[in-house]
Amino acid sequence: MAIVRRFLNTSKLVNISLNITLLLLAVGAALLVGSVMIMLMDADPIKAYQALYEGAFGTTNSRAETLVKATPLLFVGIGICVAFRGGVINVGGEGQMIIGALAGVWIALSLDTVPRFIENVPINDFPQITVVTLSLLAGFLAGALWGGIAGVLKAYFGVNEILSTIMLNQIALQLMNYLLNGVLLDPEQKDRVNRIPKTARIEEHAKLPRIDWFSDTPTRLHAGLIVGLALAVVVYILLWRTTLGYRIRAVGQSDRASRYAGINVKRQVLYSILISGGCAGLAGAVQVIGLQYRLQTDGSAAGFTGNAGFNGIVAALFGGLHPVGTIPASVFFGALLIGAQSIQREVQVPASLITTLNGLVVIFVVSTQIFTKRLTKRRASVPPQPTPATPKSLPALQEEAAK
Amino acid sequence: MITDILKASVAASAIRLATPYIFASLGETFGQRSGVLNLGVDGIMLLGAFAAYYAVFETGNLLLGVLAALIVGMLLGLAMAFISVTLQAEQGISGIGLYLFGLGLSELLFQKTVVTPTPIDGFPRVNLPILTDLPVLGEIFFHHNLLVYIAFALVPISAFVLNRTTFGLQIRAVGQNPEAADAMGISVARVRYMTVTIGGGFAGLAGASLSIALLNIFQSNLTAGQGFIAVALVYFGAWRPYWVMGGALLFSTVNALQLQVKTIENALGINVPSEFAVMAPYVVTIITLIFASKRVEQPTALTKPFERGES
Repeated sequence: MAIVRRFLNTSKLVNISLNITLLLLAVGAALLVGSVMIMLMDADPIKAYQALYEGAFGTTNSRAETLVKATPLLFVGIGICVAFRGGVINVGGEGQMIIGALAGVWIALSLDTVPRFIENVPINDFPQITVVTLSLLAGFLAGALWGGIAGVLKAYFGVNEILSTIMLNQIALQLMNYLLNGVLLDPEQKDRVNRIPKTARIEEHAKLPRIDWFSDTPTRLHAGLIVGLALAVVVYILLWRTTLGYRIRAVGQSDRASRYAGINVKRQVLYSILISGGCAGLAGAVQVIGLQYRLQTDGSAAGFTGNAGFNGIVAALFGGLHPVGTIPASVFFGALLIGAQSIQREVQVPASLITTLNGLVVIFVVSTQIFTKRLTKRRASVPPQPTPATPKSLPALQEEAAK
Repeated sequence: MITDILKASVAASAIRLATPYIFASLGETFGQRSGVLNLGVDGIMLLGAFAAYYAVFETGNLLLGVLAALIVGMLLGLAMAFISVTLQAEQGISGIGLYLFGLGLSELLFQKTVVTPTPIDGFPRVNLPILTDLPVLGEIFFHHNLLVYIAFALVPISAFVLNRTTFGLQIRAVGQNPEAADAMGISVARVRYMTVTIGGGFAGLAGASLSIALLNIFQSNLTAGQGFIAVALVYFGAWRPYWVMGGALLFSTVNALQLQVKTIENALGINVPSEFAVMAPYVVTIITLIFASKRVEQPTALTKPFERGES
């Protein structure tokens, strides 16, 4: 027994270290391609990467900015871990963030301006913790709901979630544009000829507090990061220490086997995208009440999200689809995004280089998974099965087609 | 250009605006029929659009622009084929990677070469003898640039190739039952490499149709997500070229109406927020997907990598 257990442990360790090696190789490869591109643009790659590092970690403020940039990636990434583990390719982070932000800012504003809900309670008596908690909750629920639409469509109507979430991203964007030009428009903007579509600024007691105990100079680092770190732990426990998490992962591994094991596959699909959308919704709400203090649009989704809905996927993949692994991954990509601005300043290489490299990292990471798969398969020491000679039965084919 | 579109009738601009959708989703149809989902179409379109724009910007030669977009698109398609066929990477996610790559690289190259969005002389409208002078019909159908005609001509050609040729039969076999196709001696990998490369080329042309025929300009994120719509249109059109074209026309009609929303509002005396007009085709697509997914069978092997002796 002991020998078997030791073997299992070492094999797990080998697996983890193999995975980490492959991830580092993927980033190394992407940075290498990046160096070639920088050289082609007549700049010095070493100088460029130095500028990137300095820009991301050089000063207290830049370190804080890196963490600020990492926060939405962390939230979205944690959600992606749940969805991808459950076999649901949720690419609707952008839309879920937007809807979460709308709900969050609506709560934050309405506790101030809309007629009071409770008689005789002056608004300013709502303690900050209540307002902030309600805003975050609203963001989570709204994001979950938005993801849930795609979840219901996938589970009960067989609609591919990649497509529905992409459509829902566009719908969410238009909804935001509509609301910010209408009911949520800043009253100060109403009478202007050239309106800027943005909400009013939220009041002090609706804001997530800034974290300022580590430096003398004020930075933009806010308590959203702490919420994100806590969420990572909660989702880790949920995925690996609860029945719900077990079921979600089982369905992600093999929905057919899960069905035979008596798991309600459709319901797990719905749960995983609900949680995933909720996390992205939180990202949106946190951006509004922690950082920007108002919701503003330039007409595009990226204008608000900064592409965090997609970059969060990159962070989650890089974090091994593990909520806790997503923490350093988010910081890494936050640093890349912040450092990109200094690359542009110092060596005149456009910041879009980092988007390009992010794309390459995604491709490299998913492309190297075949090696881990091959290796684990070999180690599983199952004798090679003969290929079934008979083609699949018609019902089986139809069943697959219906999926 | 903008005023140009406004002046033309909605129908004419709907046909024109359908071009990028038709190119991209026809190409995607080939890939998906053979079992490969390429979600990176938008990234390929952006790089194709830039390649075409840059070639025309430097040389003024429109054919060179088309060729550049085609080659860039095919190369990226080949890369995607390598990733999804040989390396068997998860197709949805690697497509997002390809999208980010194209989004970043096209902007990077643009900022390093042209810097400010400068209009170029794109494909002129073709005047056909007699036909163009027909009242109404002439304006709607026979007064477009060359790429519009090529796009629409590709619809029956694609349908013919898919349904009436040996190559088309191989594509469908590989997408429907790769094990059986493999047993029949068809190389699954070779067919998928070809379809995804063709799809990439078409996506490149889709980009070119935007940058050197419709808008005659390049800027960051020129496609604004049209490539993702093109992927959805393939599902929408149930993997059939003619239906895909119908979906493309639906989207482009709404786009054309949206450009004239003020005129329409004045004419009808109703007030539709433009955001809802923009939203409409996406809602329609989702609803169609709900019905389509119940009735239409998608290629069985879609998104499933093939490896001999598995499953």
